[in-house]
Amino acid sequence: MSDAAVPLGAVPPPVPGEVAVQITGMNKWYGQFHVLRDINLTVDRGERIVICGPSGSGKSTLIRCINRLEEHQTGQIIVDGTELTSNLRNVDKVRSEVGMVFQHFNLFPHLTVLENCTLAPIWVRKVPKREAEETAMDFLRKVRIPEQANKYPGQLSGGQQQRVAIARSLCMRPKIMLFDEPTSALDPEMIKEVLDTMIELAQEGMTMLCVTHEMGFAQAVANRVIFMDQGQIVEQNTPREFFNNPQSERTKLFLSQILGH
Amino acid sequence: MSDTHAQTVAQVRDTMLPPAPPPRRETGAIHWLRENLFSGWLNIVLTILAIWLVWTVLSGFVPWAWRGIWGAGSLTECRQIRDQLYPAGTSVACWSVISERWQQLIFGFYPPGGYWRPPVALAVFLVAVLPILFTDLPRRLLWLTVAAPFLIFFLLWGGTIWGPLTMALGVVLGGVVWLTGRRTGSPLVTLVATILVPLLFWMFLAKPLAAELAQLAPWGLPRVASKDFGGFTLSVVIGLSAICLSLPLGVLLALGRRSDMFFISKIAIAYIELIRGVPLIVWLFTAQLLLNYFLPRGTNFDLMLRVIIMATLFAAAYIAEVVRGGLAALPKGQYEAADALGLDYWQAMRLIVLPQALKISIPGIVNTFIGLFKDTTLVAFIGMYDPIGLATAIRASTDWQGIYWEIYVFIALVFFIFCFAMSRYSIWLERRLERSHR
Ligand SMILES: Nc1ncnc2c1ncn2[C@@H]1O[C@H](COP(=O)(O)OP(=O)(O)OP(=O)(O)O)[C@@H](O)[C@H]1O
Ligand SMILES: [Mg+2]
Repeated sequence: MSDAAVPLGAVPPPVPGEVAVQITGMNKWYGQFHVLRDINLTVDRGERIVICGPSGSGKSTLIRCINRLEEHQTGQIIVDGTELTSNLRNVDKVRSEVGMVFQHFNLFPHLTVLENCTLAPIWVRKVPKREAEETAMDFLRKVRIPEQANKYPGQLSGGQQQRVAIARSLCMRPKIMLFDEPTSALDPEMIKEVLDTMIELAQEGMTMLCVTHEMGFAQAVANRVIFMDQGQIVEQNTPREFFNNPQSERTKLFLSQILGH
Repeated sequence: MSDTHAQTVAQVRDTMLPPAPPPRRETGAIHWLRENLFSGWLNIVLTILAIWLVWTVLSGFVPWAWRGIWGAGSLTECRQIRDQLYPAGTSVACWSVISERWQQLIFGFYPPGGYWRPPVALAVFLVAVLPILFTDLPRRLLWLTVAAPFLIFFLLWGGTIWGPLTMALGVVLGGVVWLTGRRTGSPLVTLVATILVPLLFWMFLAKPLAAELAQLAPWGLPRVASKDFGGFTLSVVIGLSAICLSLPLGVLLALGRRSDMFFISKIAIAYIELIRGVPLIVWLFTAQLLLNYFLPRGTNFDLMLRVIIMATLFAAAYIAEVVRGGLAALPKGQYEAADALGLDYWQAMRLIVLPQALKISIPGIVNTFIGLFKDTTLVAFIGMYDPIGLATAIRASTDWQGIYWEIYVFIALVFFIFCFAMSRYSIWLERRLERSHR
């Protein structure tokens, strides 16, 4: 909730009409519990969407449905032109096009930073090892930790680990990036280094869906903010309108809590 | 008081402290003794008790073993020598039974001219596992690992060299089919062909081909029948074969038990529970008696091979449970990260899940291996001459009737050396993996 002043760079506008993710009439249950209710969402290529809402509102579940870490029961999810069904081939195809960054990093502790980054390109994309390592070093330079390449994740700080996780996803050259509270497990001084990396990514035109409570980040780079409550999308708007002129009572209540007014 | 003080009085440090060396620890033997053995009344009593216990055991055993008689040809001779050397009533070991019969205890009924073969086979085995155990050796050594089973088979059982070579040729054929099929054909056809081609080759072509080649070039070693295997050679062949085969099978069972697929998981559970629920000795009797009924009439299925299969199946169930513990201990995030990167099931298992789960399971796996190795002595009950079976036979011979401690002490010592080596290796491996990941 550190809404630190984030430098506002030139963020390219999304490409209207080119659809990256299309969700229509999607529902999901955990047993009897109706966790996602009638979700409709279209994400254009190049859009940067921030999803917020109270704890337990289904934010994580929603973005985990997009790469099918969770299965939805009814409705349709189309990612980059491929519909997510029980067809494993489609699932693997979508997963290799969609990067995901987790709250707890989930780096592979038995592999070095460099091996973490080259594993999927080598085994999934069949890139030659040498080439995969060069790409990995490029991305590690980009997240500003090339000197850690031969260390193990356990030897890095939380912020460094999360930047490795971002680099690991980028090495697959994904078309869409999903972030599930990437900064909430970090100490305040490390949050900025991760947010800066994400902002750079946005400036390059990456399609991003971020679950986060970093409202400064939302104001700086998001072109749409989605507010969820009780498994539903309650309100969505541009960040300016969303923060200055919230429409629903729930949104107002949530914003007053999170911004500490 | 001091709390309020600290809050109300501002403090600024104006000189920084230089780093100081840590306080000197008291050292020396006397200090160590006082700290560890005589630090309190209870400790003193326990120390004295322990010294007394160790003394009682060693004061009996050490003179008995140390004065032991080596050169005699029979127990009676041993007793005569003892009566000449020591006052009446002295108890003395008769190690002569070991010096007379050690070859039999180690090689069983293996032809004496071939005594070099089992040790060389063991050496080949140890070299072949090196690239698996020590991952930083050059990968090219793995070719040796692939060739080793055939070489070891040839060394132990002998025969012409063409038998194992044509067997190996079948494997090579399978590999060639798989490699060409993977580039051109569909995966299913490739898989079926990879299994079928070597099988057909072994069934119809291998034997005539080997016979033909043997006529041309009759190179080979004298053949040794399985029934001539005995002593530690038998234990080590059964134990190491079962150890090597049960690990992959156990890992597959563990994965099967956690599988989402209904039948796979139920079959794995049924297998594990059935095997674990019945004593090994019962399974060995089954191997000895029952398998003959199930197999087609006339097939003379080697008893030793049957025992190896049974011991493998038995150990695999235990390995499966140990590995399942390791799989369960892995955080869910690891599976999710592997999925999110687009790795398929087998890639995720091989590259992410198993390396970590097996690392957690090392103590349990080695424990199972040590247990399995010692359990090979049970084959004495189905008429095989492992060290225990041989000990019984030696004690029944006229020369050594009435001897018992010496042979069993020797057997215990050899088993201990093997098991202790395995235990040390596992501790070393754990430490090394621990270091490299932190
Ligand atoms: N595997 C599961 N089985 C049953 N219920 C679950 C499961 N995972 C999540 N839930 C429930 O679904 C609801 C939505 O969970 P989700 O993790 O999507 O919330 P969230 O919005 O991400 O919350 P937070 O901000 O705390 O991360 C919660 O009420 C949670 O208890
Ligand atoms: Mg969440």
